[in-house]
Amino acid sequence: MFSKVLVANRGAIARRIIRACSELGIASVAVYSEADAGAPYLEEASEAHALAGNTAAETYLNASALLKVLQSSGADALHPGYGFLAEKADFARSVISTGAAFIGPDPKWLAAMGDKVAARKLMADAGFPVFPGSEPLENLDQALAAAQMLGYPLMLKPSAGGGGIGMRVVRDAKELKKGFGLSQKMAMAAFADSGIYLESYLATPRHVEFQLLGDNDGRVVHVHERDCSIQRRHQKVIEESPAPGLDRGEVKVMADRAAETAERLGYNNVGTLETLRDTSGGYGFLEMNTRIQVEHGVTEAVTGLDLLAEQIRLAAGARLPVIPELRGHALEARIYAEDPRSHMPSTGVLQLFRYPVLEGVRVETGYCEGQAVTPYYDPLLAKVIGWGVTREQAIGRVLIGLRAFSVQGVKTNIPLLTRVLEDGEFLRGHVHTGFLQDFL
Amino acid sequence: MARHEVESEVQGRVWKIEVSVGDRVEEGDVLLILESMKMEIPVESTITGSVAELRVKLEEAVEEDQVLAVLESD
Repeated sequence: MFSKVLVANRGAIARRIIRACSELGIASVAVYSEADAGAPYLEEASEAHALAGNTAAETYLNASALLKVLQSSGADALHPGYGFLAEKADFARSVISTGAAFIGPDPKWLAAMGDKVAARKLMADAGFPVFPGSEPLENLDQALAAAQMLGYPLMLKPSAGGGGIGMRVVRDAKELKKGFGLSQKMAMAAFADSGIYLESYLATPRHVEFQLLGDNDGRVVHVHERDCSIQRRHQKVIEESPAPGLDRGEVKVMADRAAETAERLGYNNVGTLETLRDTSGGYGFLEMNTRIQVEHGVTEAVTGLDLLAEQIRLAAGARLPVIPELRGHALEARIYAEDPRSHMPSTGVLQLFRYPVLEGVRVETGYCEGQAVTPYYDPLLAKVIGWGVTREQAIGRVLIGLRAFSVQGVKTNIPLLTRVLEDGEFLRGHVHTGFLQDFL
Repeated sequence: MARHEVESEVQGRVWKIEVSVGDRVEEGDVLLILESMKMEIPVESTITGSVAELRVKLEEAVEEDQVLAVLESD
């Protein structure tokens, strides 16, 4: 087992990793930008090192600064969390070349799944279903030809991308002509790679993802599914497990296939295989996230597993844990610092930031009262995870948690979250990825 | 001719400027794109007319309610 882990991240996930380290008896090293100097988890870590500057590029994306802290702190492993450098193969290799462990899968997986077109091909070749799509497209002429073959509507997607950036639905050639250049530009700006491809666009699919765990001896198991259909602009807002209203047999077939495919390919450590499910029950590969995810707590709540601790153990060479059966229902609502009507990001000092301790409700946050919410990082303020014997109870507990959450100083989406959780269609489990957009 | 100040709705940074002083713009045209909390926020023209002033530069940090540009309606 490791003796000291560098937590190369910020916010809720940094705090969560520090907690897992402390429960495993491992020392933790936090890092922080100038803007994050007041973060509550800096005191919870065994030690904390300042990173000069504020922008992500200067701090949490600054590989050389992080590698310096890795060496000066004497940490023997680095946990990248999610976002920032978590899926950068070069960074993972640099960490490993110092002699420390990278807590994640083999870096070749970060590269393989980072290229979205290559990832689709890899999964299809390994026998996992994918929806029709194109090869990488160099120019508009190629795109128009590919679109003619595939048929509209289609989705333009950056091949290096994720998180919805640069994605665009095109319903005809005119929209493709207009959108192609824009998507290329966005992809270039966000990922320094203008590669674009087309994929068939499903109108009202569900986002169903499978949590996988792999050990270094070539075994992969699934820890059931999460439904993350409540999204806005491809950013998840509400996640739950199990997926409401789906036939358990159908889900199990896909979960088993996801684990078998990853095992055949030799995947190790935690990962999530994301799929879209069309209205007739067909599934297609969306992407694979080669890291812990924001919504891991949902799976923890319905299985009792500590996924962060398991991830660290697996990276240290441990065997897979025994996978428990699903128990009850869990649901997570993400509190974002944004205007609930305009969805504009909201920054400011948290004059009030209080949340309840309630039975069956877990709050994960990297913020505390008095801290500033700045424009430098993503708008996630907190996650509220509710567990219940039934879906209704889980929803009710999240609602109680959200209503008792007091935030002043920034605007939040809490009013929107509570409206969704009280909506009749949502309560009936009639969710799809366009639900939130239709709801607004 | 009336002058219209275009203000920032957020604290952030200027990611892209899509127009120049003197350009004709229509209501809904994107003037510039701000970046805040990893989101790109397009700032659109609220009138049809021309760009009289650009008060920000690329990469510049902007505050909420800061005037970004001044437009002149026809």
